[in-house]
Amino acid sequence: MINSKHTSSSQKKLQILLPVLVLAGVILLWIIITYTNLFPAYALPTPGAVLKSFKEEFESGRLMNDIIASLWRVAVGFVLSATLGIPAGLWLGQHLYARQACVPMLNFFRFLSPLAWIPFAILWFHIGDKPAVFLIFMATFFPLALATMSAVATIPSIYFKVAKDYNYKGIELLTKVTFPSILPQIITALRVSYGIAWVVIVAAEMVGCQDGLGYGIWDARNGLRLDSAVCYMIVIGVLGMGIDRLLAQLTKLPNVRWGYER
Amino acid sequence: MSDKKTVSLALSNVSHSYGTTSVLQTLNLQVKNGEVVVLVGPSGCGKTTILNLLSGHLQPSTGRVQRTGNIRTVYQHDGLFPWLTVEENIAMGLRSVSDTAQREKEKQDLVELIHLRGFENHYPHQLSGGMRQRVELARALAGQSDILLMDEPFSALDYQTRLRMRLELVRILEQRPRTVVFVTHDIEEAAQLADRVLVLSSRPATVCRELEILTPRPRDLTGSTVIETMKTILMELGLQH
Repeated sequence: MINSKHTSSSQKKLQILLPVLVLAGVILLWIIITYTNLFPAYALPTPGAVLKSFKEEFESGRLMNDIIASLWRVAVGFVLSATLGIPAGLWLGQHLYARQACVPMLNFFRFLSPLAWIPFAILWFHIGDKPAVFLIFMATFFPLALATMSAVATIPSIYFKVAKDYNYKGIELLTKVTFPSILPQIITALRVSYGIAWVVIVAAEMVGCQDGLGYGIWDARNGLRLDSAVCYMIVIGVLGMGIDRLLAQLTKLPNVRWGYER
Repeated sequence: MSDKKTVSLALSNVSHSYGTTSVLQTLNLQVKNGEVVVLVGPSGCGKTTILNLLSGHLQPSTGRVQRTGNIRTVYQHDGLFPWLTVEENIAMGLRSVSDTAQREKEKQDLVELIHLRGFENHYPHQLSGGMRQRVELARALAGQSDILLMDEPFSALDYQTRLRMRLELVRILEQRPRTVVFVTHDIEEAAQLADRVLVLSSRPATVCRELEILTPRPRDLTGSTVIETMKTILMELGLQH
């Protein structure tokens, strides 16, 4: 018992130590490359320059402003596509003919890069939050609807037999049987489509916005300030990971654990 | 609960086929009130189809199904809702009980009955196979149920657990009598549990032997009644001469 506790605590230490080592290695490599002048200074900023620009962007308040702008757009687009995509998937999953009719079209749009919508987004919604929100929506609605749909279509029939025995009907059947039985898959689908949204927001903001993390990178490029661009890249990566960790907490809810443990 | 209804469940001249495959041929079955009827037969002979017809999940191709009373099915496995705790699963059976205090008491009684006190807040995936089947049984017994259909409820369990669950079922039915139709391929189970055993032929299923067992339960597995009954069933199935 003591032994196993010992190994689990040292395993935990390793779990933290190993990624930190890799991170240190990457930074070291970066320092070596910039130190040896393999690339000209304007094409690859030094870690020091990035740190400095980080301080600058933070103190001017621009970084914070861009973070909030991006988070807001992703949140709005994502909530919008979840509130429409999940019910659409639920409905399609329960209706075979509707499914047969709509799946090819849904698949078509799923494989159509959301960035292809950029010209339309700008023409229809001009500049600001709206085109970015629209692009996030187009990027996440189809995978969410399709994932929900296939989850519903593959619910074991035994649950519905049991539901019939115990008199679950109509809306109660939906909220107390169908929905909880696919909740683990919905959470997974949310995590996946959030990942897509976070990737798309950077590209969306490069063209349709005057602020946001994506715009920050674009602006840095225009000013040949790659130190600032790297600083934004780090923020994007870290924030993306952080929010995914938050969404991962949903999988720890006691009434969805069954979906991940067997 | 199961009160003075004379016949709770009957199939008259029922035939059923899936596409061109005929599964049941003019089957007649009358289940008396409070009786435990066990159906045995080779696998794939249509035992589960009979249960689905009795429960109303399936409509017969021809013939008539007659049922009075509330029917619940206990499945082989995975019949519990995995997103609900033991307590919540049992409470499903009590949905028609409107009085909260009574519902709570009944729930506690059932947890007690299946010896799972302390596991009320566990989820099905945290329980052993035998415990899960006990919860299913409790859920099926809860509230206004009259008839239990049991679809090989113990066949996914290991042998010793299966033996224990048989005794449990006998004890539980003693306390809460129900009309039971029990489907199994386990002839031991049939001999130990049944008031009446119906041996089914292979597809399309017909009743090829009917055995009444008058010895009261619980019956000793190695006692003469069980041994004799098993012999008869084995001969009927062509597994012993």
